[in-house]
Amino acid sequence: MIEAPDLSLAALAPLLFVFGAACIGVLVEAFAPRDVRHPVQVAVALVGTGGGFASTLVYAATQDLSAGGEITAGGALAVDKAGLFLQATVAGLATLAMLLFAERGLDPARSAFVAAAAVPAGSPRDRELATATRVQTEVYPLALFAVGGMMVFVTANDLLIMFVALEVLSLPLYLISGLARRRRLLSQEAAVKYFLLGAFASAFFLYGLALVYGATGTIRLGEIRQAVGEDGGDVLVVLGLALLVVGLLFKASVAPFHSWTPDVYQGAPTPVTAFMAACTKVAAFGAILRLLYVAFGTEEWTWRPLIYGVAIVSMVLGAVLGLTQTDLKRMLAYSSIAHAGFLLTGVLGLGADGAGSGLAATMFYLLTYGLTTLGAFAVLTLVRDGDGEAGHLSQWAGLASRSPLTAAVMGLFLLALAGIPLTAGFTGKFAVFRAAIEEGAWPLVLVAVLASAVAAFFYLRVIVLMYFSPPAADGPTVGVPGIPTTVVLAVTASATLALGILPGAVLDLAERAAIFVG
Amino acid sequence: MSDFPFLVAMIAVPAVGAAAVAALPKGRELLAKQLALGVSLVVLVLAVLAAVAFDTGGDRFQLTTSVAWIPDFGVDFALGVDGIALVMLLLVGLLVPLVIGASWEDGAPGADTVREAGTEARSMRFFFAWLLLLEAFMVGVFAATDVFLFYVFFEAMLVPMYFLIGSFGGPRRQYAAVKFFLYSLVGGLIMLAAVIGLYVVSTSELGEGTFAFDALRELDIDPGVQKLLFLGFFVAFAIKAPLVPLHTWLPDSAAEAPIGGAVLLVGILDKVGTFGFLRYCLPLFPDASRYFAPMVLVLAVVGVLYAALLAMGQSDMKRLVAYTSISHFGFIALGIFAFTTEAATGAVLYMVNHGIATGLLFLVVGMLIARGGSRQIGDYGGVAAQAPKLAAVFLVAGLASLALPGTNSFVSEFLVLIGSFPERPVYAIVATAGIVLAALYILLMYQRTMHGPARGVVAPLAGDGPAGPAGTADEPGGASATAVLTAPARTAVRFVDLSRREIAVVAPLVVLILVLGVQPQPLLDIIEPAVTATLSDLGATR
Repeated sequence: MIEAPDLSLAALAPLLFVFGAACIGVLVEAFAPRDVRHPVQVAVALVGTGGGFASTLVYAATQDLSAGGEITAGGALAVDKAGLFLQATVAGLATLAMLLFAERGLDPARSAFVAAAAVPAGSPRDRELATATRVQTEVYPLALFAVGGMMVFVTANDLLIMFVALEVLSLPLYLISGLARRRRLLSQEAAVKYFLLGAFASAFFLYGLALVYGATGTIRLGEIRQAVGEDGGDVLVVLGLALLVVGLLFKASVAPFHSWTPDVYQGAPTPVTAFMAACTKVAAFGAILRLLYVAFGTEEWTWRPLIYGVAIVSMVLGAVLGLTQTDLKRMLAYSSIAHAGFLLTGVLGLGADGAGSGLAATMFYLLTYGLTTLGAFAVLTLVRDGDGEAGHLSQWAGLASRSPLTAAVMGLFLLALAGIPLTAGFTGKFAVFRAAIEEGAWPLVLVAVLASAVAAFFYLRVIVLMYFSPPAADGPTVGVPGIPTTVVLAVTASATLALGILPGAVLDLAERAAIFVG
Repeated sequence: MSDFPFLVAMIAVPAVGAAAVAALPKGRELLAKQLALGVSLVVLVLAVLAAVAFDTGGDRFQLTTSVAWIPDFGVDFALGVDGIALVMLLLVGLLVPLVIGASWEDGAPGADTVREAGTEARSMRFFFAWLLLLEAFMVGVFAATDVFLFYVFFEAMLVPMYFLIGSFGGPRRQYAAVKFFLYSLVGGLIMLAAVIGLYVVSTSELGEGTFAFDALRELDIDPGVQKLLFLGFFVAFAIKAPLVPLHTWLPDSAAEAPIGGAVLLVGILDKVGTFGFLRYCLPLFPDASRYFAPMVLVLAVVGVLYAALLAMGQSDMKRLVAYTSISHFGFIALGIFAFTTEAATGAVLYMVNHGIATGLLFLVVGMLIARGGSRQIGDYGGVAAQAPKLAAVFLVAGLASLALPGTNSFVSEFLVLIGSFPERPVYAIVATAGIVLAALYILLMYQRTMHGPARGVVAPLAGDGPAGPAGTADEPGGASATAVLTAPARTAVRFVDLSRREIAVVAPLVVLILVLGVQPQPLLDIIEPAVTATLSDLGATR
């Protein structure tokens, strides 16, 4: 007799919310009349992500998590404290991103997304649609599937589930990267690049999975740990581990696996970029942490040099190449690469038996970085010229005299990204650097602080432009954000300040949540 | 009385004041100024009351407050002052209202201000708001007794100063602001690594990580680790102070900053570096301090001479004053790293006196530039005949800066030299040459600008004969349009003497220069116990 796998509905509730909303979204797309589709889709998406966020919190607050969490769905998912923290982070950030998607007040054509993605760019039909106010709503269910994939990704307890989740989160992202209403070719190019490179990275992951399975005979993270601990790491395990990590580092846009990042960040519709920069980063690092800490925690000295080196490359490359950028979205993309390096310094703070503060620090950093970068991209959607968003640096000259509040908010996010005290970015940086130094990785931290200084230069350059340069005569206009974008900006800006000035409660939460089971 | 949280109030009042000033509606410039001045005067009163409440024979740290801030990091919002910090707070409290007074007319319609061609008029509301925020952070940086909190204020200070230079500075303000920020940030980040290192050491020694200064002082750190951590702190402070060869940002920043910003930059912000040497480098890393002392002393003495020579070569008055400061910081560093009570006490007194003397010098130079519209020494001449009071104050400031006996700086320079001579005779003797150079650069500047015939931007008095070679003065038409791009067109003007407002701004400093020149004892009484305690942490013999 075949027994049905045990399912803890409470533990799965967040996933059910998100995937349920995604399925309802598909049905709405099929059956709802066109003129009510947008509000309905927005409502469904917000209920899905918001419900996912709320239900993780409710679950964490009501369940007895003294064992660290539970393993459910036949051992496929580990809903542990760290997993819940990461799920809540993903869902919360995704809720904000959905609000950005829903903004209709900024673009004259009422949406950041193309009206009909299948119409060839530049065709007569496309030109006709470009000015039409018809909006396209497939993006909401697609994004919800991606969010669901991310939430599975950070709780996956075996490699196969992790792979499936990787695909579930990636495929919709490839699609929605190509949905920009303006500069469509750039957007489609970004989608194709992302897809090709992403497929390649998935193949690496899959190959690594096969090798690890071949060496250990299991795909469960906990059993891998046991098997590796008994036999020591043989060549197959080391190779498999390396390939798995490469696949994940790609998603996390860590140099030298970053080459898609600038193009995709630039080409994708800005709300989608914001979503990817914040949520994908959290999900990918969640999976990296789980893989390294749970499955290969005993093999620390195998992966440590790899992560060490990759962290240095990522920080230096992101910071140095960021200097040469003239497009704000590309600049933030390189900043994201540099920040991925800083996050890896936190990953190194594993500690003996996972007792180090690396996990808590990295999770906290993910939260602060996600909020800040989401806010920064949200500001980018406001500054527009006749051809959509004004992304070129020179167009931002003198923004402070034209729109003081926008400039002030952007300035805050930039200072936070640069890691200036009293902003969330500093608290996060401090946490990961502390975790790394505790593990003796002070040379890495020295590189990190120097890279921070280099990176600070390009953040400062934007502030210089906004505040100290005279405004250009034919500069961009600053759109008046609608309610959704206003909410996003208010939440991200106040969180950036609050987590800088009084981070105690959230740090404490991250500290208490820093437990993996499995 | 001493239960009143003076230090918290001294941070909170200007911080709230800054928010209030920034929140004023556009066009209420006068109200903004009055509010800012009022707030800064409140801080001054608080500083004086704190000094009264301070018991010179009491505990090392007084007026303490401590609240848990970020428990996960073991960080407390812990404030307290020793004598060294107290005198620095007095200096902060004194200089900020004066700077506000000195900047009163900046940005007023029609006023010929410090700003030069190529910079448009800006709302001065934000100038005063940033100034007050800077004051809050400056108080915090001196009053923090938690290393993490100190670091937070240390870095946060950059932001208001960055905006002061960048928004309200001279023609090359963008360059100067970024250079200032990046230099300080690099130093700060290296220090951050050391701060975390210190925390990790404390975790392994005490079982629980802490940032509390008093606990860290008791640590017994391995000498090798000490050296690394010392260097982390030292680089940050050496950039801030600044010591040669990490000084190149200061002349740019001070020259491009608005005068008010320049006074605070050189008068107070840079003192955070020397303050840091005394408060953190020496007590926390005694072995490393002794190990590196010869290196620091060499840098200090080289700085004294090199910066003095560079000062003589400057044609820009603000840059000249900036270089004199670098030279003086060499003296301060010499006093600190000579490890004698006399020298270190002299160094702390020097920090105060330098703030007063150089602050006054910057203010007077600013008044001169406000009248002439040029920073070049060569554009001035014969000012003394038209503005005798201005010239007199300039002379007092200059003489104080070159440490003439009878002025405040003499006492401190003398203490530094006599205190370091027994331990480090060679360095003391070489540094003495700096005094001679100081006389040269100050007196040459004074002589060229104040005496001789009226020239450059200074219009001759009636009956004085034709103007000197003031070629750019009244060229009409196209020629001057191109000239504007390269150099601001300068019209020769009659120099009016100091206004009542300006006299009110400079008078307190002139009085202090003379009073502290003959009666430095009250300050020494406050400083000396703290210096003795610091040196006993170091285990110094004398």
